[in-house]
Amino acid sequence: MKKELIKGNEAVVKAAILAGCTHYFGYPITPASEIAQAAAHFFPLIGGTFVQAESEVAAINMVYGAASAGRRTMTASSGPGLSLKQEGISYLAGAELPSVIVDVMRAGPGLGNIWPEQGDYNQMVKGGGHGNYKNIVLAPNSAQEMCDFTILAFELSDHYRCTAVVLTDGSIGQTMEPVEFPDHVKPAPAKDWAVRGDAETRKNLVSSIYMSTETLRALNERLQKKYAEIEAREQRWEDYRDDDAELVIVAYGVTSRVAENAIEELRRKGLKVGMLRPKTLFPFPKKRLQELAAGRVRRFLVAEMSNGQMIDDVKLAIEHKKPVDFYGTYGGKLPAVEEIVDAVETAYNRQS
Amino acid sequence: MTTTTITTTTTTTTITKGKPSTFYETFERKAGKDKLTTHYCPGCGHGRVHKLVAEALEEMGLGDRTIFISPVGCSVFAYYYMNTGNVQAPHGRAPAVGTGLARARQDSIVISYQGDGDLAAIGTAEIVHAANRGENMTVFFINNAIYGMTGGQMAPTTMVGQKTLTSPYGRDAATEGYPMRMSELIATLEAPVYVERVSCTDVKNIHKCRKAIRKALQLQVERKGFSFVEILSTCPTNWKMNPQDSIKWIQEVMEPYYKPGVYKDKTAEAKPLPKSAPITDPDELRRILGLEKGKTEAKTRASIGERRIKIAGFGGQGALTAGAMLATAGMNEGLQVTWLPSYGPEMRGGTANCSVIISDKRIGSPLVMRPDVLIAMNRPSLDAFEQEVAPGGMIIVNSSMIDRKVSRSDIKAVYVPFTELAAGLGLKAAANTVAVGAFLAQEPLFDRERIFEVLRTSFKKKEAVETNIRAVDEGFNFGRT
Ligand SMILES: Cc1ncc(C[n+]2csc(CCOP(=O)(O)OP(=O)(O)O)c2C)c(N)n1
Ligand code: SF4
Repeated sequence: MKKELIKGNEAVVKAAILAGCTHYFGYPITPASEIAQAAAHFFPLIGGTFVQAESEVAAINMVYGAASAGRRTMTASSGPGLSLKQEGISYLAGAELPSVIVDVMRAGPGLGNIWPEQGDYNQMVKGGGHGNYKNIVLAPNSAQEMCDFTILAFELSDHYRCTAVVLTDGSIGQTMEPVEFPDHVKPAPAKDWAVRGDAETRKNLVSSIYMSTETLRALNERLQKKYAEIEAREQRWEDYRDDDAELVIVAYGVTSRVAENAIEELRRKGLKVGMLRPKTLFPFPKKRLQELAAGRVRRFLVAEMSNGQMIDDVKLAIEHKKPVDFYGTYGGKLPAVEEIVDAVETAYNRQS
Repeated sequence: MTTTTITTTTTTTTITKGKPSTFYETFERKAGKDKLTTHYCPGCGHGRVHKLVAEALEEMGLGDRTIFISPVGCSVFAYYYMNTGNVQAPHGRAPAVGTGLARARQDSIVISYQGDGDLAAIGTAEIVHAANRGENMTVFFINNAIYGMTGGQMAPTTMVGQKTLTSPYGRDAATEGYPMRMSELIATLEAPVYVERVSCTDVKNIHKCRKAIRKALQLQVERKGFSFVEILSTCPTNWKMNPQDSIKWIQEVMEPYYKPGVYKDKTAEAKPLPKSAPITDPDELRRILGLEKGKTEAKTRASIGERRIKIAGFGGQGALTAGAMLATAGMNEGLQVTWLPSYGPEMRGGTANCSVIISDKRIGSPLVMRPDVLIAMNRPSLDAFEQEVAPGGMIIVNSSMIDRKVSRSDIKAVYVPFTELAAGLGLKAAANTVAVGAFLAQEPLFDRERIFEVLRTSFKKKEAVETNIRAVDEGFNFGRT
């Protein structure tokens, strides 16, 4: 397709439709509202469904319903809405339903403000609701990736029968960039487990309740096996000038874009700095981090718009073999390039 | 199945000549060895209603089409019994889950079966809004005035004075409010087609209950929308009564407050809801999405480096549109571009600004904090952003609206009367296009023709295109001088 200058949030909707998503359920919230608005525009035109739900609680349960019926379905929101969705996400995990959720993060806690932050990392990457489950979490850093990862989210969630989250932030959602939508998208697989209200699927049950301890244990074991398989097969990342780097920044989303500017500046000053950008937050790109930690990298620096929610994942991935520094900001303001440059320079010159 | 006898004066429900095929013969999903008896207590209203629903589905030939939603409550295991498609929902959310199902499968029969804690407490929002949207589904609301599953706590429907585990002195209206009449509440909404309350006590009432169930389902078959049947039902266990006294309690205590009857019936005037089928043809989808076939060619061209631009003005001056024009033209030129608007309440009545980056290489942060070029369309914008401009940068000032000069000496200042030049063309709204022209005069990143192309696709009226093209030229010519 020809390139189109489009907001990340709107690219999500076009990509979802190309991926065969037919049912959208959502509730408005800045800075994710363009997703609901574009969905309200396009889904009726394609013979699909857009419902503005009465709350995020209802929206996620509508997703649960449409997913049970075997449709590709999605919702989108931001921090406060995601907090409300957690109950439903846990049920989706327990019932092993595929679904796609886009979280365009804003600053918290509480009502916080509407500007970008990355403080939903814990609630999206670590589970967030009750029970032993995880979501696949994809972290786009451009409008093009908002498109690509939305499609990927549908594919992965159907394949593994789990929720796939597209975790982004207010600035990536709001930025218009050229996007090339794909020419071909794989159709959804057959879902013989779904409940479609027909003779063929009459025997089916979608449920997350397992009354015997053995059957619930079996479900949990199946889930853990699935997550282990996801960890083995689905780690994705981008290496950015890290082949000769002595210090590697780990950053995702818009922070990785600011880090690119910082790296240019630092390289100009002669510092060997690169970046490892996780494209998947679960599974976390452990393999690559381990390789880097085993090589010439002296230190890592995690840069986030949060209080450091990703640090533990980096430290665990590299098994504490190298020191990990941190640069964080919050409140809704993007870090200035100089701030990251300063933090890296200080870390770079540290002896221990 | 031919005839059914339901004996209400004893503790069990007996179906004399076989079960309907919509009710499982044996309950294979039930844990434990006993696959023949339900998990319900003796004399419980749930079992009775399940069977009435199953019979109606059988008689109406709906077994294959039905999706039965089990709620959270004693009927959480309804899927042990209902030989239909089954979906289990979170506490109170069945109407939302039902919305998803009904929208996803428009030929299915969706049943949301809910208790009073589920429907009238935790799920109040979901039931009210599913009803208000007129979802094509049927709700069977089992009102037993108590939380059964969790052992007998107060429900929103618990009677005043009724003792439960969490109203040990009896429900006190002064602090706990009054029992909620959900049928009456739902009936106030415009969309529902049919709302009735029945009581499942004696033979006469059971007959009414059966009729109500059939009617509600029939309306759904006809796609007439939302139907709601409230059934007053027994919970001998938590009422701490025997089954006979429970029936009596319904008749003597519940019925006078929860009066059985039809609360709404729009059967005659209700029209079938429209159906939609998702389009699957990829070409048709692409057409609807406005995606153009082909490739945007990557051009090999002289390097321009990177320009970080901020355009600011008051809402309505078109600062954001000017930025989008530059970004689109840059994209069509084969350059990398980003456009990020200020968003949210800060735009209300105040200033709007956008960050635009045009570059010959991959762009980092899309937010312009130190612009190379500031286009200030009004005074507050100049005041706000002058100090942010990078040393050696430039400010293009709308001299029609800004009565002061740029105070910094380390940057270049260009004064162009955007608004006057646009007004001269009879289109004051084109001040932003004048600004774009002035910018290109100073920063010839690409030919003006690129902007003209954008204008040709963004305005339907030829006249508007022509005027805006002239506005670009005016700004360009003025900006060069
Ligand atoms: C979110 C949540 N809160 C609380 C519960 C515990 N719970 C299970 S059933 C129930 C009440 C059910 O009462 P009702 O809807 O009246 O159904 P009944 O058991 O009387 O048929 C409660 C509070 C739960 N499962 N989930
Ligand atoms: S506790 Fe009450 S509602 Fe639950 S099964 Fe027993 S009698 Fe029925």
